[in-house]
Amino acid sequence: MKSVEQKISSGNVLEVKDLKTYFFTGRGVVKAVDGVSFELKEGETLGLVGESGCGKTITCLSILRLVPGPAGRIVGGEVILDGDDLLSKSEKAMRRIRGKKVSMILQDPMVSLNPVFTIGNQMAEPVRIHQKLSRRLVWEKVKEMLRLMSIPSPEIRIREYPHQMSGGMRQRVVGGIALSCQPRLLIADEPTTSLDVTIQAQYLRLLKEVQQKENLAMIMVTHDLGIVAKVCDRVAVMYAGKIVECGDVREIFYRPAHPYTKALLGSLPKMEERQEKLYTIEGQPPELHALPPGCSFAPRCPDVQEICKQEYPPQSIIKDGHCTSCWLFAARKA
Amino acid sequence: MGEILVEARDVKKYFPVNRGVIVLKHLGDIKAVDGVSFTIGKGETFGLVGESGCGKTTTARLILLLETLTGGTIFFDGKDTSELSGPELRKYRASVQAVFQDPYSSLSPRMRVGTIIAEPVVIGGAISTNGIKDRIAQVIKMVGLRRDAMELYPHEFSGGQRQRIAIARALASNPKLIILDEPVSALDVSIRAQIMNLLYDIQQKLGVSYLLIAHNLAVVKHMSKVTGVMYMGKLVEVVESQELYLHPLHPYTQALLSAALPSHPDEQREEIVLPGEVSTPFNPPPGCRLYRRCLYARPVCSEQDPPLKEVSSGHFVACHLH
Repeated sequence: MKSVEQKISSGNVLEVKDLKTYFFTGRGVVKAVDGVSFELKEGETLGLVGESGCGKTITCLSILRLVPGPAGRIVGGEVILDGDDLLSKSEKAMRRIRGKKVSMILQDPMVSLNPVFTIGNQMAEPVRIHQKLSRRLVWEKVKEMLRLMSIPSPEIRIREYPHQMSGGMRQRVVGGIALSCQPRLLIADEPTTSLDVTIQAQYLRLLKEVQQKENLAMIMVTHDLGIVAKVCDRVAVMYAGKIVECGDVREIFYRPAHPYTKALLGSLPKMEERQEKLYTIEGQPPELHALPPGCSFAPRCPDVQEICKQEYPPQSIIKDGHCTSCWLFAARKA
Repeated sequence: MGEILVEARDVKKYFPVNRGVIVLKHLGDIKAVDGVSFTIGKGETFGLVGESGCGKTTTARLILLLETLTGGTIFFDGKDTSELSGPELRKYRASVQAVFQDPYSSLSPRMRVGTIIAEPVVIGGAISTNGIKDRIAQVIKMVGLRRDAMELYPHEFSGGQRQRIAIARALASNPKLIILDEPVSALDVSIRAQIMNLLYDIQQKLGVSYLLIAHNLAVVKHMSKVTGVMYMGKLVEVVESQELYLHPLHPYTQALLSAALPSHPDEQREEIVLPGEVSTPFNPPPGCRLYRRCLYARPVCSEQDPPLKEVSSGHFVACHLH
C-alpha cells in the first residue's frame, strides 16, 4: 500500500497538500481555501493566523471534513493524517477519526457544551464511542481528564452542569473532551477569545503543558499574534484563502518577508514602546467572491508592482522552512 | 495635568438582590462600583482596565447617566451631574457621547447612516436643519468615509467602516467627552490600527477627552495617558500608563500585566498566577477584595479595606503593602 511508504518517509502527523475548499453560492464561487499546503510534526504547534474571512476556520473544518454543505465542497487536494488520506475516506470511517485521532476545540465553550447534560456525561461521550471500556473505567477516564486539565475536585465537578462553571472552567472541560481519546492532532480554533486576560494566560499554559505531555501536534487558529508568540513553533499567515507566508515563529516575527505579515506585525501596539501612531494597512480585506486577478493583497500592498496585479506569485523559499508567495522575492530569484 | 473635565468622587452603584414577587426581601447588594474616584483631564484619555464583571462598564454608564448613582458624585466641568435638569441636562447629554464594542448591534439597521449620525444633533436641538446637513458632512469627512455614505444603510459597510460611523455619530453633537467601551476589540487586527489612529487624530484635532474601557492591555497603554485598574468594583491602582507598565505596585496589577500576551516569541515574562477565580461582588466581605487570592495577604487585609492613596507623585495604589 502507498500509505505505508508515506508513513515511513515523512514522519509528519499531518500533511495538507494543495487543499481547495470552495463555496458555490448565488453570487459566484467563493474560494474560501485555495491551494493551502502545510505539514505538522509530532509535538509541534502551527499557528494559523489571519483576519476574519481569510479561510483559517474552513481549512480546519476541511481537515475534519466538516465543511458546511451543500454550498461548501472540498474540490481538491489531500489531507494526510499518519499516512492516510482523509479526503478519500467514507463518512463512516471519518466518524471513527473525529474525536479520536483529530479533535477540535471551538471558540465559545457555552456553544460547544450542551446545557442540559452534566459535564461528566458530555466528557464520557467520546470515550464511550471510541473506546470499549466498562462504565466504571469510563468514569475513571473522565476524572483523569478533569485532573489533566487542572480542574479542582473532579468528583464534584463531574455531576455539575455547564452553567455552574466559569468560562475558563468550561473551556477546560472542552479541552478535556478533545483530549480524552489521545488524539494525534488537536485543532484549537480561537480557544481563548471569549476568556479574560488572566484566564487566557492560564489556559494557554495548560494547553502547552498537556501538549508536551502527550506529544500532540496542534493547530492554533488565531488572529492574535500575541498568542502565536506565546505558544506556536511555526506560523502560517493566511490572506484571502491562501497561505502567503509560512515559517518558524522567530523567522516570522524577526524577519517577516511578505508585506502583509510585516503590516500585521507593525499594526500591533507594543507594551514596551511608546508610539504615537500605529502602522496601518489601508483598505479592507477583499471580498472572496470577487478577488482581483493576481495577488489578492496587491490593492492594499505598499510595495505593489505591475506584475502583482496580473499573476499570482509563485512560492519562493527564503530560508530553510521559511517560504512566501510574493513577487518581491520571486523576482529576486529569477 | 491640565484642566479637569470629569471628576468622579467616591462613586458607588449597588444593584439590590431581592427575593419574592410582591413582598420583597432584600438579600443584599451586588456592589458593581464601590467607591471609585478618578479625574479625566481635558483632551486626555483615561483608560480603565480589568476583567469582565469588575465594574468598568457600569462606571461608564454612570457617567452617561444611564444608571443612577447609589452614592458619590460625578462632576462634569465643575457641575454636579445629578443636579442637572431641563436644558442643562440636554446639553450634558450632547457633550458626553459613547462608542460601543460591537458596531453590528450599536447601529440601527433600519436607519440610513445620515439619520443615525444626525440623531444626537437633532435631539440636542441646537442647530437648524441646514446646519445639521453640513455638520453630518463634516463629521463623515472627519472619520474618513465617503460623502455618499449618508444615503446608505449600515449593512452596506464592513465592521471597520461601521465603527467609523459610530464614531461619527459620537462626534456629531460636538462632545467634550467620548466614552469608548471596547472600541476595537470586535475588529480585525489591520482595521484595529486604523481606528486607533483615527481616534488619536480626532483627539489631537478637537481636544476631546476619552474614557477608554478595554481589556487588551496593550491597547489601553497605547491610547491612554492615565490608566486605572479595577478589581471587583474598586479602583486598585491609578497612574500614568507608562509608569503602570514599568512599575506596577498592586499585586492584582502585577498579575494582570504578567498575563498579557508577549509581542515577540522571546519575550519571557514570569507569569504571576493568583489562586482561585474572580468571585461576584455580591455582599463582599470587609477588607481588601483581593484578600483571598493575594500572594502577599496579611491579617490587616481581611479587616480593613485599603484606601486609594498616593504613594509617589501621581501614583495611586489601594494596598496595605504600600
